[in-house]
Amino acid sequence: MAPILTARQVTKRFGGLTAVNNLDLEIQERSIHSVIGPNGAGKTTFFNCVTGFNQPEAGEILLDGHHLERLSPDRITQLGIARTYQNIRLFANLTALENILVGQHPRLKSGMLGAIFNTPGTQREEAKALAEARRLLAFVGLTGKGDHLARNLAYGDQRRLEIARALASKPKLLLLDEPTAGMNPRETEAMTAFIHRLRDELGLTIMLIEHHMGVVMGISERITVLDYGEKIAEGAPVEIQTNPRVIEAYLGREEAEAAGEPA
Amino acid sequence: MTKNTHFNWLNALRIGLIGGVVALLISLVGMVEEFGQRDIIAGVISMGQTLLIIAMLMGGHFAAARSVDRPGPLSLAGGALAGLVTSGMLAVLVLLIGPLNMRAILPNASPALINILTFEQGPVPGLFYLLGAGALVGVVAGLLHILPPLVRQAIILALFWVALLGLLQELLRVTLTNMPAVGAALSWMFGSGTQKGLSVPGAIAVAGVVAGGNYLWATRGAQAQARVRAMPPARQRALQWGSLALAIAVVLYLPNILGPYLSEVANNVGLFILMGLGLNIVVGFAGLLDLGYVAFFAIGAYVMGVLTSTDTELAYRFNLTFWEALPIAVAASVLFGVILGIPVLKMRGDYLAIVTLGFGEIIRILALSDFLKPYIGGSQGIVQVGRGQISTVVFDRPQTLYYLIVAGCLLALFISRRLRDSRPGRAWKAMREDEDVAQAMGINLVATKLLAFGTGAAFSGLSGAIFASKIGSIYPHSFSLLISINVLSLIIVGGMGSLPGVFVGALVLVGLPELLREFSEYRLLMYGALLIVMMLTRPEGFWPEATHKREFHEAAASEVAPESAPAS
Repeated sequence: MAPILTARQVTKRFGGLTAVNNLDLEIQERSIHSVIGPNGAGKTTFFNCVTGFNQPEAGEILLDGHHLERLSPDRITQLGIARTYQNIRLFANLTALENILVGQHPRLKSGMLGAIFNTPGTQREEAKALAEARRLLAFVGLTGKGDHLARNLAYGDQRRLEIARALASKPKLLLLDEPTAGMNPRETEAMTAFIHRLRDELGLTIMLIEHHMGVVMGISERITVLDYGEKIAEGAPVEIQTNPRVIEAYLGREEAEAAGEPA
Repeated sequence: MTKNTHFNWLNALRIGLIGGVVALLISLVGMVEEFGQRDIIAGVISMGQTLLIIAMLMGGHFAAARSVDRPGPLSLAGGALAGLVTSGMLAVLVLLIGPLNMRAILPNASPALINILTFEQGPVPGLFYLLGAGALVGVVAGLLHILPPLVRQAIILALFWVALLGLLQELLRVTLTNMPAVGAALSWMFGSGTQKGLSVPGAIAVAGVVAGGNYLWATRGAQAQARVRAMPPARQRALQWGSLALAIAVVLYLPNILGPYLSEVANNVGLFILMGLGLNIVVGFAGLLDLGYVAFFAIGAYVMGVLTSTDTELAYRFNLTFWEALPIAVAASVLFGVILGIPVLKMRGDYLAIVTLGFGEIIRILALSDFLKPYIGGSQGIVQVGRGQISTVVFDRPQTLYYLIVAGCLLALFISRRLRDSRPGRAWKAMREDEDVAQAMGINLVATKLLAFGTGAAFSGLSGAIFASKIGSIYPHSFSLLISINVLSLIIVGGMGSLPGVFVGALVLVGLPELLREFSEYRLLMYGALLIVMMLTRPEGFWPEATHKREFHEAAASEVAPESAPAS
């Protein structure tokens, strides 16, 4: 299998702080790849570098051979990367359906004039987009809530709507930033199953940041561990669990035993 | 039990004091006296007194709500206490004005004010009347508070309409008397002869009709709506088209009823609606706070002026007709909208507001400058701006200009509506909600922002071009910052991002002050008060943006929405 995303020697500094340092990373196509590490390890900063929110000072990031380093976020989305956010960032005053429609933006074409004259082409495209939005709504289990304002949805629904919105751009690579944060065990389990479905049914490649060890160990095919912006380990869950450097840096010495019992 | 009956008299006292400060302010800035000359109900109650009563009603309402844990008979006591305190402060004012001459500092603390406050009964019975009235109004406010919401709403609406019709009686009478059937009803409804305001039976009739109608709609409205929905789609559609046709007929016939003066007012409202619709795209949809919006209005006006004027003072004369110049004026505004948009692409919120504010001033000062004087006339402006003409109809009188402006508004409304529900409109709204995430959704921020600036500028330029032709001459002082602020205020008052809100906002902020000439002196004071009250109690505006129910509707069905009826 070929890597879909390749990062080489990526470095990102904020003033004197090096948030990501010489990071090499490969994400295999159709894999579920977790990035873990203690708070401040540079996980989200790396996500931001991939999606164009931050420009890395050095190194290169390639999606299917396309360079991403100098591109703006909208171009990167058009190339096939979509993401969700650690703290949910929906368009709060738009309805759930409208949120998904916005997600389809790069795949639609109708412009100003098409909209004003409501040309047959625009009508067809809008009808298709609406049908697609309803389908995605159903896919994430939000049928019937499409006309609710995003801010009025329950927390778990907001998380799933955010994923539906990301899916709307038909990405190849989906980045999930702590998808189970703030969820109870039952919701967490449902989300884990849902992430599996995304890969199995839609053929997506998924990279996720996650703090919940049960989720990480249960879901990932590969795990990369960051600490102070550097990669300290990479491998299958079993290898990571037994890696002494990870246990020391990430879990702390006292909790070394706890790492031995993944969900 | 004890918890229910606990009476927080301190809260009522405090609110009464606040109400008293408001009442004193209203009295001392001269509004009570000035507005005292206009009656709401002839010979019974004047507009000045109405203002004081509103202050007491509001105070009484809040006191009733805050002095008791839950609504009950003690709410009345809370309201009464607040009303008494408020009127007590006015009474103190009356007592002070008597022996002390304060007119050097407070020119409005006059004997006439005392007369109004004491019901022209002299200090001794008058002051007791004042205190009694305050307590009574407070009790009424408390009573309103504990009434069921349905009844309360009906009563408040009835009072509102009585006040509104009483205020507008002069205009209504002047404009409607030449319609014989209506004339008879009017002379009964309004005070006879030189009296102003509603007659007593007229006021009762208005209150009864409004309250009854509101109560019926609240209790039976849902049924009526359900009945309409149960009709076959063809009949529903016929009903919608029928009401639309009726609205259009009314809008088209309106200038014949309004006469020249009111048509002129309607035209000014229309020009502001046009600008409001444009700024609504920039601020309401795209969330880009633009305080220099008047710049595009000025550019539209000046381009129209330069291209059509026959003024020999100008260095160049193009002598185009109005219709040839109009698209050029709009195109020039769009161009400037885009050009001014480019440097502010990276700015947000308050920074954007300050920079656009600067742009507005730059354009005005350029128009004033000697540098451009040979071309656009400097402070002398441009005179003899061309008039529009279609065959024999010349757009030079309020009644004909009306149609030009209505056409412009309808065009802008149509474009706004189409854009709102389309891909570009969604991109604007996404950008308004969260610019970073919108970009991460694949939205090109540069193109999306420039599209918003350009479209907004187009409407404003159209408004400016019509304005120039309507006035016939242009001067730089017509394009002050105040216009930008007015347009922004009307959007905020109407409801950000809401198209009907623009119409409501323009009617309230531009139409009402022009109708009530007494207002003009207090216009900015009213604006300020209205904006503060709106932000505190109804930040979403009079007519907020509706969310579109689309999940279970087909795309075609969303085309015929009932809100498209233009305001008259």
